Order: sequence, then structure tokens, then C-alpha cells
Amino acid sequence: MKKKLAVAASTFSVVAMLLAGCGGSGFSSDSASSSDKLTSDTSKELTVLIASSGDPETNAVKKAVQEWATKNKRKATVSVASDINQQLSQGFASGSPTDVFYLAPDQLAGYASSGSLLAYGDQISNRSDYYSSLLQSLTYDGKLYAIPKDVSTLQLVINTDMWSAAGLTSADYPKTWSQLESVAKKLTTSKHVGLTFSPQYARVGTFMAEAGGGLVNAKGTKATANSAQSLKGLTEVKKLIASGSTAFSSDLGAGWGGEAFGTGKAAMTIEGNWILGSLAADYPNVKYKVIALPSGPAGKGTMQFTNGWGIAQDSPDQKGAISLVKYLTTKSVMMQFAKAFGIMPGNSKFAADWKKAYPDQAPFIDGLQYAIGVPTAKGASTVVSDFDSQLAQLKNTEPKTILDKTQKNLDAIYK
Amino acid sequence: MMFSSANPGSKKRGHSSDTSIKINHTREQISAWMFCAPMLIILGVFLVIPIVMALWVSFSDWSGRGSPFSSGVHFIGLGNYDSVLVTPGLSQSDFGTAIRNNAWYTLLVVPLQTLLSLLLAVMLNRRILKAKGFFRTAFYFPSVTSSVAITVLWLFLFGSTGSINAVLSWFGINGPNWFNDPRGLLQILFSHLGVSQGPALLTQHGLLGISWWDWLSGPSVAMFAIMLMVIFTTSGTFMLMFIAALQSIGEGTEEAAIMDGTNAWQRLWHVTVPQLKPTIFTVVTLGIIGTWQVFDQIYTGTRGGPSKTTLTPAYLSYSAAFDNQEWGQGAAISFILFVIIVVMTWIQRQIMKDRKMSRRKIAYYEALKSETRGLSNVSASQLRGKGNPDVANREGKNHE
Repeated sequence: MKKKLAVAASTFSVVAMLLAGCGGSGFSSDSASSSDKLTSDTSKELTVLIASSGDPETNAVKKAVQEWATKNKRKATVSVASDINQQLSQGFASGSPTDVFYLAPDQLAGYASSGSLLAYGDQISNRSDYYSSLLQSLTYDGKLYAIPKDVSTLQLVINTDMWSAAGLTSADYPKTWSQLESVAKKLTTSKHVGLTFSPQYARVGTFMAEAGGGLVNAKGTKATANSAQSLKGLTEVKKLIASGSTAFSSDLGAGWGGEAFGTGKAAMTIEGNWILGSLAADYPNVKYKVIALPSGPAGKGTMQFTNGWGIAQDSPDQKGAISLVKYLTTKSVMMQFAKAFGIMPGNSKFAADWKKAYPDQAPFIDGLQYAIGVPTAKGASTVVSDFDSQLAQLKNTEPKTILDKTQKNLDAIYK
Repeated sequence: MMFSSANPGSKKRGHSSDTSIKINHTREQISAWMFCAPMLIILGVFLVIPIVMALWVSFSDWSGRGSPFSSGVHFIGLGNYDSVLVTPGLSQSDFGTAIRNNAWYTLLVVPLQTLLSLLLAVMLNRRILKAKGFFRTAFYFPSVTSSVAITVLWLFLFGSTGSINAVLSWFGINGPNWFNDPRGLLQILFSHLGVSQGPALLTQHGLLGISWWDWLSGPSVAMFAIMLMVIFTTSGTFMLMFIAALQSIGEGTEEAAIMDGTNAWQRLWHVTVPQLKPTIFTVVTLGIIGTWQVFDQIYTGTRGGPSKTTLTPAYLSYSAAFDNQEWGQGAAISFILFVIIVVMTWIQRQIMKDRKMSRRKIAYYEALKSETRGLSNVSASQLRGKGNPDVANREGKNHE
């Protein structure tokens, strides 16, 4: 019996070593930083993985990638992920990842720290054209790992029919918190509330920003969740909700603010520029106007979100991948994307053109001047989702309790 | 393992020794191993090795790139287990929340689905019932449908303006916002009794970063909606098991019970259910394993929300690994889950084991047996005979 066990054990260890060998070979662990160290195996086709919002986005990206491939006499395929985190992780673990992919800033720290990402920032000559706050959220440990694919900000979207039905005019657009409170009250009827947004930091954070706070400081180096400013912002949210003129979208039975707004359950919502596509597709009869969020005690404030183009360290053709990303962030492709699925370019040089093409959405791109980002340190996304889970209970909880707990959790990360 | 087909006289072992056919046991063993080899390899590659790899990952600092056995990965001991079980922080409180949610889920789902499937099986096993096939198919149908499809259906039914709330509104009930209501069922009950904040003893102390008051909050409304769905889908499968068991029970016992004047409920609880004990054991065991592994419904439905009240260890393990790149923690959680399942199954086995008889009863049965053995065949047959004076005598004594 013992002998058999020994045989089994040794067989197993041989298989394990074989497996280890498979995974271990085929890539170098030191990160290439200068261009002569970059891999450039052009025999294989370049793979692109995207998390698409729908057919318009998929088709636009496919078209752009094909344009690049034809120009460079290469083969490239675009696939749409159903769960991009899982698919990227599988690729990195197996040692044969997708070459180019959408990269969310809150995932960046995890992938970068394991050495899965190529820090190709120094290959991009025009990176100073990008908004610096965007580049900062795509930087880990002093290295730029991705350049922004697009950017979004949050602003106030109002239902113009409900607005005029409540006897309000364009002179009544709220400039301050107290004006917001009063218009929200005037817009509240038995059928709908005045204002709605989702119970998550990515909406509630606008109030914290308007009060001069946020979960982390502007440089993203220190937790400021329970600062006096952040507390002021969250207290304002609680005040709005307690007044009955404002409700979280989940309390209205909607998945997000856009759904509550589109179905007429709310007269105003705080959402990003993606809401316009959704309103056009799902609720074409709703008339709306986008205005800037009112100022708080510390002036204007909003939140920005971005997605980067990531490149895998284990890609056999890093040079080709960089060339593709450069092409995908050129002005003509950016404007194609903007037309196809309503994105805003993260490149400040394109802002004027974009604003000219979409004057109705100007408040969104203007918001980039004063927007704050979401925390991007490794493990921060768990803390933010914990913060979100507490926000759902804001009605019955003191804002300070929520912020203190989040501060404690963030302190564990920003040591 | 031993193939005796080489020996034609194997039926009479005593006589085969004088024949000259020699069995080559080594060759038999080799061929046996060769027959088993494909399965062993498949099990090894797809089951044993992944499990051992995951076990290694749970003790290592693997970051998710390349093989976990490569040289850059270090053994870090119990670090990953420590951060979910011991060190106060978000990892620990998330794990505690997940265990809390799943404990309530198991506590309610297992008994309810077992009872429901048993009742369905008894009902559908009655010979008097018409269209049995139709009903069996109807009740079994949810089990064969994909859990993802059922979850999507459930999200529609239990939406705040969904069918369930529409039906409730006919009766003047303002239904909850099912999948977005994080309140615990027990806490809702307490709040109706005027208790909205627990005593300090319960709120100040706790386990795994969760206060006792939160442990006692009960499943949330959202979790309750998922429970209903799971009971709906699984009871069909378990009903089939019970039907199979019921059909193997002879009708004699039940007929005897009818002759003894029992009613239908008495027959169910005192005659049928005790005979179903092995099946009940199987169903409860499968139930415990299945409820601790709940994943699909959470992944497609709520992703842990609202307020983490539908977070389960299986989903937490997934999100720790894939969303947060904490591979070690994810693997550690799955092994803790494995231990929980083994321990709970063991406890359940101890509870459902046949009770030992009391000493008095054992002595009584022993005496009865020895008395019966003591009787000679003749007197035993005489006992059976009619008009036997002995029997009459005994009966007379008994009547006194």
C-alpha cells in the first residue's frame, strides 16, 4: 500500500512539474521599457478584447481595427467579452492573453502589480495632450500602463416637460445646493420624484466633490473619506432623501438613474453622457436637457470615468499592439467612435471639435476641468463597493458612521 | 479486479486445483490498470491536479500571471486564511457576511425543499391521482431548466413592479422591492415589535467582523426571493428521488397500517417517512452541499447586492479572485467552504443515525430471542396449533 502511494505521489509530482514548466516557459518576467526590447512577432493575428455596450460600439471598434489591419497588412480580430475581468484573468494565468483590451482603472493596479500589463506609456509621444487626471488613474507605481480610450463625466439631466409643467423656466436651473433642493421639491408630484441617482459612490461622490471632499485626495495618495468636506457632501444627500424630493433609483425599482428618468419616475437625474444613447434607443419620447451640476460649498464638482487601452506583457507582438492603440486614439477614429456610440475623447486637443459637433453635451466635456476620479489603488474597488452597499442604507444610518468605516477600510490600503 | 473468466472451472473452486491452467495474476493486474487508466488520467488531470493546485494557491502569493508553480510564487503559510478568518478588515467582514447569508439560506432552504419534495412525491405517488405523468413533468420541469433562465424569470416576477407585487396589490398589500430590499426578515419582524436597535451585548460583540445583531438579522428580502426560487427549482429533482423510494416500498406495511385503523397523516409520518430514511438522508445531504455552493443565482441575479445581503462564500471566492486579483484569498475561501460542507454533512449524519436502543430494550429483546430459541421445534409448532392448551393457558394469563 505504501509503495503504491509513493508511486502515485511521484507520478503526480512529475505531472505537476510538467504543468509548471508549461506555464513558466515562453515569457520573460522582466518588463520591457525601451522600444528595442519590445516583442514584434507579426506572424500571429492580433487579438482585441472589448466589453461592448452594444452593437454600435462593437461594429465601430471592429471597423477601426480592420482599417488598421489593412493599412499594416496584418490580421486582427475583435471579440466581445461577456465578463471581461474573468476573461482577462484567464488569459494572464494561461500565459497567452489577448494582446489589446479595454482596461478599467480599478482593475489596473491588480494586473500591473502581477506584471501582466505592458507599461507602454513612454512609447506614446503625445501623452501630454491627455487630461492629466485621466492619465493619473491609469498610472501605477509611477508608470503609465494605458492611455485613455474615452472619458465620461456626470451632470444633471432634466426632463423639460416636467420642468415646464412645474412652472419652471431656464432661469430656474439650480446653481447652488439650496436651489437644487427647492427645484427638486417643486418637481416632486404623486407620480414621480424630483431627483434620482443610484446609491453608489460614482453618483453620490459628486456631492462630496462639490463640498471639496472625496474618498481620496486629488493625487490619489491619501484617504479622505471622513474629512469634514466629504461628510458635508454625504449629509446633503441624506437631507435631499429625507425631504422626499429625492430617491435612489433602486428605491424606485429601476436599475439605474437613466431607467428611472426614462420611465418618468423622476424629473431629474445625475448621470453620465452614456445616458443619451440609452434615452435615444429606449425612451425616444422623453425630452431632456443636460445642465451642469449645481455648485456646493467648494464650488463646482463632478466625477469622471475612463477606460484605457491595455496591452499584455505576454503579447508576442507588443510593437503591433502599440501601433494599433496609437491608431485607435487618433482624431478621426475618436470622432467616428463619438458618432457611433457617444463617447468623449480623453485627448484635450480634440475637445473643441467634439464640443462643436455635440453642443448639447457641452456640460459633460466642461466637467473635465473640475472632475475627480474614483480611487484606483489595489483593493480600492472592494472598499468602494462596500461603501456603495452602505449607501443603500443611508436613510437609516448616520453619514459619519458610513464614512468612518470607509476611511478605516481605505487606511488599510493607503498605508 | 480479478478476472476469473480464464478459468472455466471456477464455479467449483475445489475441483479446479488439479487442472493445469495457471492464472497469470500480473497480466490480469496490468490489463485491469489499463482499463482503468483513461478514467484515472481524466480524473487526475481535471479533478485531482486542479484541487491540489488550488490548495497550493491558497497557501501562496500567486498573483494570477503564469503558472502557480513557477519560481516567482512563494509559500506564505496561512496568510490568506488569516486575512479572511482572523485579521479584522474588509476581507474578514465580507467573509463573515457571506457565511451569515449562506447559513440562513441553508437553514431555511434545506428543510423547506425536503418537506415540499416529500409532500409532492407522496401526492404524486397516489394511485387514485389522474394524469400523474403530467404533474410529475410539471413539477420536475424547473429542475431541468437552466438556472440562469429561471433567475432572469425571477427577476421579472419579483421586480418592484413585477407580477408578484401586482398580485399582492390586489389584496391591498404594498409588496417590497424584492431584489433591492436589504432589510433582514427577522429585523423587519423585530421592528414591528418596536425593537429597531439591538441590545449592546449583541451589537458590540460579534464573530468574523459581523456583530451578533447582524448575524441574527435573518435573510434579507432579496435573499428570501432567491430562496423561493431555489426551493422551486430543486424540489422537483428531490421529488423524483422520493417517488423512486416510495415505489420500492412494499404496500404490505401500509395495508397493515390501514387495518390497524390509522389515518392518512399517521400513515405518512409513522409508516412511510421512517421507511424513507435513507432517501431523506441523501436528499438532506445533497441539499446541504447544494445550498453551500449557491453561485449561479447570485452571479446572474444580484451579484451580492443589495448591501451584500446575497453575498455567498462561493460568489465571494469568485469575486475575490477574478475581480480583486486576490487569488490566494479566493482559493482559501473555497477550501474553508469545503471544510464547512464536510463538517455540516458529518453533523447531519450523526443526527440522522439510527438511535441506539436503551439497555432495557436490548435486554428485553435478548430475553425474547433466547426464549424463542429455547423452544423446541415441536413445541413451537404446537404453539401454532389451534386449541393448544398451552396457548390457551398463556392467553388466559395475558388477559388477567
